[in-house]
Amino acid sequence: MLLLALILLAGAWELYKLLAPDDGVSIGDSLVLPRSDDASMPHLTRVIEVFGEQEVAGVAGGGTVLASVVDAVWYSLRLAVAGFVAGVVVGFLLALAMQRVRVVERALLPWVVLSQTVPLIALAPLVYGWSGNLSLFGLEWQPWMSVSVIAAYLAFFPVAIGALRGLSSPPPVQTELLAACAASWWQTLLRLRLPASVGYLIPALKLAAASAIVGAIVAEISIGLSGGIGRLIISYAQQATGDPARIYAPIVGAAAMGVVAVGLVSLLGIALRRYQPQESV
Amino acid sequence: MSAPRPPAVALEGVDKRFGAGDTAVDALTGIDLTVAAGEFVSLIGPSGCGKSTLLRIIANLIDPSAGSVLVNGKPARQARLDQDYGIAFQQAGLLEWRTVQANVELPLALHGLGRAERGRQARELLELVGLAEFGGHRPSQLSGGMQQRVAIARALARRPALLLMDEPFGALDEMTRERMQSELIRICTETRAAVVFVTHSIPEAVFLSQRAVVMSPRPGRITDVIEVPPGTRDEDFREADAFYATITEVREALRGRTREGSP
Repeated sequence: MLLLALILLAGAWELYKLLAPDDGVSIGDSLVLPRSDDASMPHLTRVIEVFGEQEVAGVAGGGTVLASVVDAVWYSLRLAVAGFVAGVVVGFLLALAMQRVRVVERALLPWVVLSQTVPLIALAPLVYGWSGNLSLFGLEWQPWMSVSVIAAYLAFFPVAIGALRGLSSPPPVQTELLAACAASWWQTLLRLRLPASVGYLIPALKLAAASAIVGAIVAEISIGLSGGIGRLIISYAQQATGDPARIYAPIVGAAAMGVVAVGLVSLLGIALRRYQPQESV
Repeated sequence: MSAPRPPAVALEGVDKRFGAGDTAVDALTGIDLTVAAGEFVSLIGPSGCGKSTLLRIIANLIDPSAGSVLVNGKPARQARLDQDYGIAFQQAGLLEWRTVQANVELPLALHGLGRAERGRQARELLELVGLAEFGGHRPSQLSGGMQQRVAIARALARRPALLLMDEPFGALDEMTRERMQSELIRICTETRAAVVFVTHSIPEAVFLSQRAVVMSPRPGRITDVIEVPPGTRDEDFREADAFYATITEVREALRGRTREGSP
């Protein structure tokens, strides 16, 4: 299905390029359809070719574009995964606290929602400001940690909301039954609430995985951390006048990251499909 | 059978009030009721008469505002912690991710019984409710009646001296319902458990019980207790004159024509 969608999308791209005039379509002064010349919309074959090209002469090693994209993806992915894990843990613990104590839910939930309305761009430099000033257990705060924190900041939200819904999902008949069996809070969590929440958690984790990646890339750009895909997007964009196709390389890399991350969560979903109401992988 | 068993349920002056101040609702007032060991008692009444609330008070799922509740001669909370009763609701409430047998095993697992012992007892219980060959199925593969049998098997898992049932057959069709009633009579005879059975079906209350406790709403209270004539509960009983006479008696009590207000 994914492959089919990819082929259709590629077909649409090339078809538009074939049919639309190079200068786009304008009504009066305003452009209503984008330009389709090679600078604005390179052929897909060009985009693929770019991956095989040498990185601009003078850059150390002289590896291919593919190699630097892969390196950058690997770098960013690790930061995103660290953020994802931290976000999932924090989100889940928040959900547990909110489920356990009603007052906590009423006190915390508005803040959880509010947290996501703060623009990421505004937050990133703030978190970055910690570096140098902060040391945890003798561990110096590293710039990459700021990136992971921001990834976690985006990732925890869907997990907190999804887990709260999932943990609260068992109907009264089931919670009363467990109470009637004198089950402890812990037993009720393990035998009822946790299994019942899997169907809510898997989609939440997919969202969190995608959010962690977006968060990591945006944070890299905002903080100016080099080595990751965010930096690569900026540096290739600056070369866009010379080679318009090149900017698509890190975008493809970022998309691949997302596919890998969401795919891994889907695998988890397949492993836990027993706990999900019908198939929703 | 030798030592006299304490009453399965002993309620004295039980009140339940929901909310506070002007908006408070008296769900139950002045409930006195004793259910002997091994006795089958139905609670019958219109919606809002507090019969489900009363059942939940006996089960210690909610606390009464006043009065004393003894189950098996112990305070209700202790009885719950000791698993002196089993409970079944209108919805079977089976856990979808567990097999039928694992659902029956749940109360045993919660009490730390070993896997092998658990499995053995669960298979026995499934046999008792006539579902021996369905242990490996998922709850969703079973009909409503079969799911309800699983719920009953689960309620019986700890061999309780008391079964609490809240309209367990309410969602079943009439044919299945009558078959389940006969099954329940058979099971209770075998296990010698006392039963408190909430229903709003008059024939069901009369067929199953030794006594039908009639309740009325606003405030929820017991208005009448009607003895059902003894007799074997088989299909013939459903046609018997005594059955119909008692149904009429309960119906009139529900309408409040007889002995209004006396317990």
